[in-house]
Amino acid sequence: MDILLAIAIMALGAVVLGALLGFASVKFKVEGDPLIEKIEAILPQTQCGQCGYPGCKPYAEAIANGDEINKCPPGGVEGVQRLADLLGREVKPLDAEEKPKQIAIIDENTCIGCTLCIQACPVDAIVGAAKQMHTIVAQQCTGCELCLPPCPVECIRMEVIDENIDNWKWKYPVVEIKAAALQKAA
Amino acid sequence: MLMNLFKFKGGVKPPTNKTQSVGLPIAIAPLPSKLVVPLHQSIGGMPRPVVQAGDKVLKGQLIGEADGRISAAVHAPTSGTVVDVAMHIQPHPSGLDALCVVIEPDGKDEWIDRQPLDYAAMSPEQVREHLQQSGVVGLGGAVFPTHGKLTASKTVPMEEMVINGAECEPFITCDDLLMRERAEEVVRGIGIFRDLLRPKKVLIGIEDNKPEAAAAMRAAVAAVGEDFAVIQVPTLYPAGGAKQLIRVLTGKEVPAAKRSTDLGVQCFNVATAYTAWRAIAHGEPVVSRLVTVTGNVHDPRNYEVLIGTPMDELLKLARPHPDTDGIIMGGPMMGFLVPDVHVPVIKATNCLIAHDDRLFPPKAPEMPCIRCGACAQACPHELQPFEMYWFSRAKNFGKTQEYNIFDCIECGCCSFVCPSRIPLVQYFRFAKSEIWAREREKNAADQAKTRFEFKQLREEREKADKAEKLAKAAAAQAAKKAAEAAAAAAVPADASAEATPSASGPAPAQTSAVPAVDAEKAAKMATIEAAMARAKAQREAVQPKNTENLTSEQQRAASDIEARRVAAHLIEPEPATPAGEKTE
Repeated sequence: MDILLAIAIMALGAVVLGALLGFASVKFKVEGDPLIEKIEAILPQTQCGQCGYPGCKPYAEAIANGDEINKCPPGGVEGVQRLADLLGREVKPLDAEEKPKQIAIIDENTCIGCTLCIQACPVDAIVGAAKQMHTIVAQQCTGCELCLPPCPVECIRMEVIDENIDNWKWKYPVVEIKAAALQKAA
Repeated sequence: MLMNLFKFKGGVKPPTNKTQSVGLPIAIAPLPSKLVVPLHQSIGGMPRPVVQAGDKVLKGQLIGEADGRISAAVHAPTSGTVVDVAMHIQPHPSGLDALCVVIEPDGKDEWIDRQPLDYAAMSPEQVREHLQQSGVVGLGGAVFPTHGKLTASKTVPMEEMVINGAECEPFITCDDLLMRERAEEVVRGIGIFRDLLRPKKVLIGIEDNKPEAAAAMRAAVAAVGEDFAVIQVPTLYPAGGAKQLIRVLTGKEVPAAKRSTDLGVQCFNVATAYTAWRAIAHGEPVVSRLVTVTGNVHDPRNYEVLIGTPMDELLKLARPHPDTDGIIMGGPMMGFLVPDVHVPVIKATNCLIAHDDRLFPPKAPEMPCIRCGACAQACPHELQPFEMYWFSRAKNFGKTQEYNIFDCIECGCCSFVCPSRIPLVQYFRFAKSEIWAREREKNAADQAKTRFEFKQLREEREKADKAEKLAKAAAAQAAKKAAEAAAAAAVPADASAEATPSASGPAPAQTSAVPAVDAEKAAKMATIEAAMARAKAQREAVQPKNTENLTSEQQRAASDIEARRVAAHLIEPEPATPAGEKTE
């Protein structure tokens, strides 16, 4: 009799807790994968495709599924470091060389107004119309270089963003090490 | 008036070194050989240049137009010719260039038409607008456009207005001399601010090492007939920090990430009040300021200097000692060694100190932090500099923010007291600018992401729209065809109905339904055939027709060419030629 009671109590407990869990899983359902979002937040959102995926989100998904973390040149070594910290993986050297931040510039004398670069730009940073001169909105340009290959007259070039007073940073204080004067032998 | 003063925590007492430069009255600095006026001299938007090389300008003429609400206009400091609008090295720790207007003075120093204004008859909005157009900015060092601080908060009543004449930084005496010699105009300028903000009390704080300035201000307040309180505060660096002076005079502590206006307090520098008065009552925009020239020089004193004067020319007036090896802009606590001695004086330049190793001995090397806590005791903002130092050094910027690094005013008290001579402020500046850079990058990335997602959405929508349009067009076409076919089918049906009048009404409809499908198909086939025929006709129409109507000579030339091409095996011989002949 006792054993039956115990089984009944356990069964009742199981049913109640199961119902609670079921309710919680419906009520507190997490939309999407939070890990992918975290990875995507670290990626630089240039949408350049240098990682081999069509945009930062697909690469974030690929990383979450086990792809390498060192395929993003715009993110740089620091990006790899942060991804490694997030995912608990080992830091690897970058798969390509790291470039300084740059933006695209259209040579407006050469541009023929073909609109091919406008279609290629992932962030709509190029303004222009068919047979009209095009130009790049510098603030929006991510420097992804996707507009370079489609241009039939090669009028787009990349320019490194120079240091100016607005983006200048204080340098890390360096301790100067001076060579001590050699002591003369007595 | 007896008043209960409050204290702020921390602070240091460096040697003041002020007596050297107060002995002589303010001198007007002579016209320099050229003036390099940077356009971006205040916080906020970068003013747009409105002059070009070759333009003649008068003293006080607008050369840079304010861009946006938080921005202040820039004016020509003297009459002359604009030589250039170009990049020049700035009095900035980076030593980088920025856009400047270079003016060659004509020596006449001829003013524009100056219009004194009666501000009592103007609306507050007009007064603020005029101050912005006159380039009035905070001359205490932060160069925040003054008009931006002159709007009273709608939610918090304005309790006190604090006027900062503390001038706590060593060596600097320009505000001291200004109050001694031009107190009345300062007081009238404070009157303008008072009328715009309508505070309950106006408190003028002056450190007690400037009794002459305090006396002059008291006399001026009495002479003008105002009820401002001139209060001497204990000499303790950094009592001249806005938050510190507010604390000392009102007992209110401005919390992190809040502004003094949230507590009903607003703070202005005495020199700002003076320039505001000159702008309103004399129509003179800010084209000059008082600069203390001191340090390793024979005759330290205060000069009224045109904005844009090269620093080396100004320093020469005070006859520097030959061993001078640099110029510090600002005081010894918060100033910096300018990257080049030719950089211009700007609105933020309150002091030039000729640098040499006797006054500023080279710092002994940095030693490890011993966690003595002296920096925390000296910090006037009650921060923990040693913790911020560890995290800045380790580039752990998130942690530095947890220790409120952005409340640090970079006063330098912590570096001053550090027994290990650690340049703490440099670490904090490094951490702050890294955090700002990251913030900028994050914003850019977020923006890029939204724009990318929007582009994808747009492309998808366009695709869907196009597909829908095509489907609609196809449906319309099909409906039209069906209608035509039905009409075609209806004609024979009608004919048959006529032939057999005994048949019932719905019968023809029933019979026509079956042939309608066939008719539709037939119609489709017919249209396809018609289209093909049209295409064929078109193709034939565009065939080259230059082979017709040839003269016999041309015909012969053409056949010669053909023969040669055949001989060279360039083309297959004409199909008319029998294959056997080719091998021969």
